[in-house]
Amino acid sequence: MRKAAVILLAAVFALSLLADFVAPYSYATQFRDAPNGAASRSHPLGTDALGRDRFSRLLYGARVSLLLAPSAALVSVVLALVIALLAASSGWCERLLLAAADLFLSLPWIFLLLAARALLPLNAPSLAAALVSFGLLGALGWAGPSRVMLAALKQHLGSDFVLLARASGCRGTRLALVHLAPNLIPLVSAQFLIAIPAYLLAEANLGLLGLGVPEPLPSWGSLLRELESVPAMITHPWVLAPAVILILVVACLYWAVSADKHNV
Amino acid sequence: MRSAALFFLVALNAAGSGPQWGGELRFCIRSQPRSLHPALADSESAETFRYLTGGVLIRVNRVTQEIEPELAASWNVSKDGRSIVFHLRTGVCFSDGTPFSADDVAYTMQVLMDPNLHSPAGDSFRSGSAPIQTIVRDKSTVEIRFPEPIAGALRLFDQVAILSRNSPLHEAAVLGPFRLAELKAGSYLQLTRNPNYWKTDGVRRLPYLDAVRLKIQQNRELELLRFERGELDLLSGMDAEQFARIVSRGKAWFRDAGPALEGEILWFNLNPSAPLPDYEKRWFASRNFRRAISHAIRREDLCRVIYEGHAQAGVGPFSAANRFWFNQKLKPHAFDLRRAQELLAADGFRKEGGTLRDSAGHIVEFSVITNSGNRARERAAAMIQQDLAALGIRLNVVTLDFPALVQRITGTFRYETCLLGLVNVDLDPNGQMNVWLSSGAHHPWNPNQTSPATTWEAEIDRLMRAQAANMDPGRRKTLFDRVQEIVWEEAPVLYLLNMNALVAASPALHNLAPAVLRPQLVWNVDRLYLEGRP
Repeated sequence: MRKAAVILLAAVFALSLLADFVAPYSYATQFRDAPNGAASRSHPLGTDALGRDRFSRLLYGARVSLLLAPSAALVSVVLALVIALLAASSGWCERLLLAAADLFLSLPWIFLLLAARALLPLNAPSLAAALVSFGLLGALGWAGPSRVMLAALKQHLGSDFVLLARASGCRGTRLALVHLAPNLIPLVSAQFLIAIPAYLLAEANLGLLGLGVPEPLPSWGSLLRELESVPAMITHPWVLAPAVILILVVACLYWAVSADKHNV
Repeated sequence: MRSAALFFLVALNAAGSGPQWGGELRFCIRSQPRSLHPALADSESAETFRYLTGGVLIRVNRVTQEIEPELAASWNVSKDGRSIVFHLRTGVCFSDGTPFSADDVAYTMQVLMDPNLHSPAGDSFRSGSAPIQTIVRDKSTVEIRFPEPIAGALRLFDQVAILSRNSPLHEAAVLGPFRLAELKAGSYLQLTRNPNYWKTDGVRRLPYLDAVRLKIQQNRELELLRFERGELDLLSGMDAEQFARIVSRGKAWFRDAGPALEGEILWFNLNPSAPLPDYEKRWFASRNFRRAISHAIRREDLCRVIYEGHAQAGVGPFSAANRFWFNQKLKPHAFDLRRAQELLAADGFRKEGGTLRDSAGHIVEFSVITNSGNRARERAAAMIQQDLAALGIRLNVVTLDFPALVQRITGTFRYETCLLGLVNVDLDPNGQMNVWLSSGAHHPWNPNQTSPATTWEAEIDRLMRAQAANMDPGRRKTLFDRVQEIVWEEAPVLYLLNMNALVAASPALHNLAPAVLRPQLVWNVDRLYLEGRP
């Protein structure tokens, strides 16, 4: 299962990287005589509302999404892990960081995102805007996972293997890195996997506020916005392609990582 | 006996073929009106409520756009435009039975012009520093004197719902076809028939309907679903996708009522103090550049692709829906890439390796800002982006939340071009004075000028002031036609398209006459009736 998942993931990554050669058209080319076109030989997944080839946009969108969403997810889980480890180190540190996490969870960060968009130059390249959006998502997403990780860490701190490590003279950074962190990998992996689709969807929603990936650059998030209309999904089932690929990729990531966990 | 039975059957048939009395009409409004006071109507929802409940002296027929008598059976406008004498109908009562007279008109004008009330309808009447005088000549004759002449003042009375001076119910006593029965905050407004409504079908008092339920629903998708489930009777202001869905189902009555007053426009930031590089300011200040951009945009594609043909290429500030003021001589700027290239070449622009550069070698790249969340507008921006790429221009599409966008176009002026919608609620150009005067706060491309920045803006100022001071409709039309021509020639604003008014209704609803003016489907609500539904 893991092998199949890895092969599929590799194939999706390779296709996205080779989009310039594989995609039949540019992601921006508008075939205005065929908007909302059905799947055909020339357009395997049909065309969008502006007549752009959906298959080509899916491939180019994968570049943005498969690179930036996992990167943002990685940033937030690494931040969460570091903060959880720090919080577990002492009582006052825990209280401080838990208060910070609560503050992060309660504050309406949408205003920060809006301010970031307002500060971004209007003629900033599309990729820069996308980087800022995903970077902010990653930087702001640590609070939830850090609380989960801290709870797990505290459970581990009372366990026999930590007691044994401490009795053997293992302290501080070494205890955290050698004994605690490896035991958190399944949890970190799960948080990472949960974060990827969440960030892809968040990017799609941020598009409503002008914070997503700007036109004409596609992303899976922007392609998912086509699913707003339920009747369109019934009459044009190929609009579901980005959702199907997204589910497939996340499932493959899960299988790849969970199988890896069993090997640890 | 047989002939008597036949007569009875014929009589039954005759009765069945006429309008059916009773029933409840249900449709949605976008928000709960902030105030139900007719003088304070400041939103489409509040105006709809006022339209359904308020009685007015005159009414602008939403189909013919002509003024028709309502509570005023006739009127005389003085030659100098400073006075209107209304001759009122007699025997009319408010919904609570209080008699209607000239005193009520005087009281309404007094309330409307109360500076503490800040009535939007009252603001339209302010023409000078002196107050408006209302003179009650007798019970059914009232004269309204303005300190300065107001061109088209009569039409403004379409927005003035008459209040009762003597009714203990105050503004809840109405002269329109319906009165408020219940308001459930955030959910609905229930209206019931006004038992004293003055119009009849010849025998009985109108309206045919017993009640109207205005459901408060902001989400258009939910509104459509409720319509499809039969919970609503009317849908208006639909987009092309929703309309296509209604048409494909084939269960409802639907109509493309033609171009509405609403449109999509793109304007250039011509503010000399805007924080933009000088070379960009020079581009936008050039008429050739602006016209070149206009000629490079395929308006027909915008109408066909985004609005599925339910839109018309834009020409000017008014669409053909505004029958009197629309300048028939003007045609939309045609898509003509060669003409665009010639205009750019005349200003020293040149194309190098697929990229357009100005005479100083700067790459021609600028942004268009628009409000986020409007899919049709975002798609239009993406199409314009591709159209301008054919000239070698890089257009960056930036979607912003509405407050941020407003801040840029009215406060900081940190933008290059802006794509937004154009909403015309007034058929008369006097309603757009703050848009066309260079000193106007809503002068889109360069607001609040102390003196006109260009000669053509000075000319527009002169023409707009002249038409506002003239009482002759023909002369006013000539003057405003020239304004439209100048805007067409100078192209500070590119009129992209005008959307069609797309409406749908339950097949049970009869006497529908959709209009492009608001309220599009219920403007003749007193004559609408439901068949086959209690």
